[in-house]
Amino acid sequence: MTTLPDPRSLVNADYADGSIYSNPDLYDMEMDRIFMHNWIWVAHRSDIPEAGSFITTFVGPHPVVVTRDRKGDVHVMLNRCRHRGATVCENKRGKAASFVCPYHGWAYGLDGALRGVPFQDGYSGQLDKAKYPLVSLRVEEYNGLIFATFDADIMPLDAWLGRAKPWIDLFMKQGAGWPVKTMGEHKFTFPGNWKIQLENTTDAYHFPIVHKSFLDSVDGETQNTFDFVEGEGYVEDLGHGHSVMVMIPELVDLEADLDAPIPERFQELAEGLSKDYPPEQVRRIVRAVGGSGFNLNLFPNLACSMAFFRVLRPLSVTETEIRHIAIGMDGGPKLGNDMRLRLHEHFQGPMGFGSPDDAEAWDRVQRGSLAGRDIAILLNRGLGHEARREDGNLFSDVSAETGMRAAYRQWLAAMTDVTAACSKNEEESMA
Amino acid sequence: MSITLNEAVELVTLEADLLDHGDFTQWLSLYTEDGLYIVPIDPDTEDFEDILNYAYDNAEMRAKRVQRLLGGRAISAAPPARTIRLLARYRMLDTDETTCTLRCAQMLTELRQGRERYYAANVTFDLVRTETGLKIGRKVVRLLTSTEALTAVSYIL
Repeated sequence: MTTLPDPRSLVNADYADGSIYSNPDLYDMEMDRIFMHNWIWVAHRSDIPEAGSFITTFVGPHPVVVTRDRKGDVHVMLNRCRHRGATVCENKRGKAASFVCPYHGWAYGLDGALRGVPFQDGYSGQLDKAKYPLVSLRVEEYNGLIFATFDADIMPLDAWLGRAKPWIDLFMKQGAGWPVKTMGEHKFTFPGNWKIQLENTTDAYHFPIVHKSFLDSVDGETQNTFDFVEGEGYVEDLGHGHSVMVMIPELVDLEADLDAPIPERFQELAEGLSKDYPPEQVRRIVRAVGGSGFNLNLFPNLACSMAFFRVLRPLSVTETEIRHIAIGMDGGPKLGNDMRLRLHEHFQGPMGFGSPDDAEAWDRVQRGSLAGRDIAILLNRGLGHEARREDGNLFSDVSAETGMRAAYRQWLAAMTDVTAACSKNEEESMA
Repeated sequence: MSITLNEAVELVTLEADLLDHGDFTQWLSLYTEDGLYIVPIDPDTEDFEDILNYAYDNAEMRAKRVQRLLGGRAISAAPPARTIRLLARYRMLDTDETTCTLRCAQMLTELRQGRERYYAANVTFDLVRTETGLKIGRKVVRLLTSTEALTAVSYIL
């Protein structure tokens, strides 16, 4: 048996060893200790709007079905028939009354209960259907975000999200009074380790360098808005590996400053909306369409990133899938939602003006970090002027690597001691 | 006289050649002013405006995309991937004196940083006869893998 790598020797407070991106044994440990023992984001409420709605997705490497049953309860179940292990659903989304395994016809309800077994007499009364439902994960929801975990003992989601919760609430103001809904996604892979992507949504430092071409493609006013690296923004450690990076402080609360002037690029939208909405509502919608001024990183797989959800899924130690899920106003004006779609297409996805350049940078980190041995990846930017707020949160300037340090601190806690990472004891001690 | 298959194929072949040889500025001139270049995700939709696409480019966005490819400031396109595309299986779905709809298959091979990648697509062109010749009114590139995870595509399909 091979000796497992020692995570403590690989990640320190302000640097990490380059092998964290390419060590396959470390990756196997991560899939267990992080992806089976933390809350993993699986869906937004609007993905399964009504009874019978389902999507298929993954918790780490494990395929799951996320359903809403007749009572409205959400279930996250392994996509695996209890008989011989075949997947029971291969559709990405849809509506169903039950899931029938195509191999021998075992049928499961929306809550996973085993309802029917063909030719059951062959079991001579020895098959107790109650013992073989689809395997359910623990599920909890906060403000429309649905998370699941294999671990029955970790703290409740509410405590896990903790100081990140007010930021989720702020992010959801992009509904402009309507519920937030998902509006499709861009899905792409890059040949690199998942942590490279985890770092990126809390990395403001790269923006003016990597995204020159995006900045060239927008007007001067928008360029100024995105000129935030030396601005008043900040990165704040929210605990449990979560962090927020505030790039545009005036767009933290979209319902504040409704008297602020409407940017040039939203003038046409504002004029169009004015036909149907009073001035204050127009301003509220316009601000919501522009998106939030911050990235909220939720360890380990979700970011509420300015105007969309960024979801990462490790595929192997050197390959990662990224989804950029567009969001909009459920029931809101078509003009506003269409503009959100066009803004999303402009920056995100495999053909956007932003994501391909990000992917190029991540790809290069993966390849470059293979050079040499025992060479550190630096995580120390902004450490010199990092300070602590009254509530205990560490913070530094917007381009600081405070968010990465927060994520790696949680990574190390999870990798070295699962129960220390997020135990019920901690929850009690915090209370 | 209706637009002929030969006329239509001549234009879309020119487009393919311009894109493969990096002549993006001339490529822009192939489209009508209100023309659209669309790469949808949903393989079944015809309503591209109200749905998320990979690309939904009007004239302004096409010009920006070309600037991105020529500007040398986008790390994923400096230089752009080299591509070779083959168009075939042409079928004229509809044609009259001023407009036609041509559908064909496109097989594209990309090379960048030592990696070859392949994209197969159904492409539908709406062509328009104008005073300055036949132009592209709309091009819709339906990738075979549109609902799968793609990799970065920093060029024009």
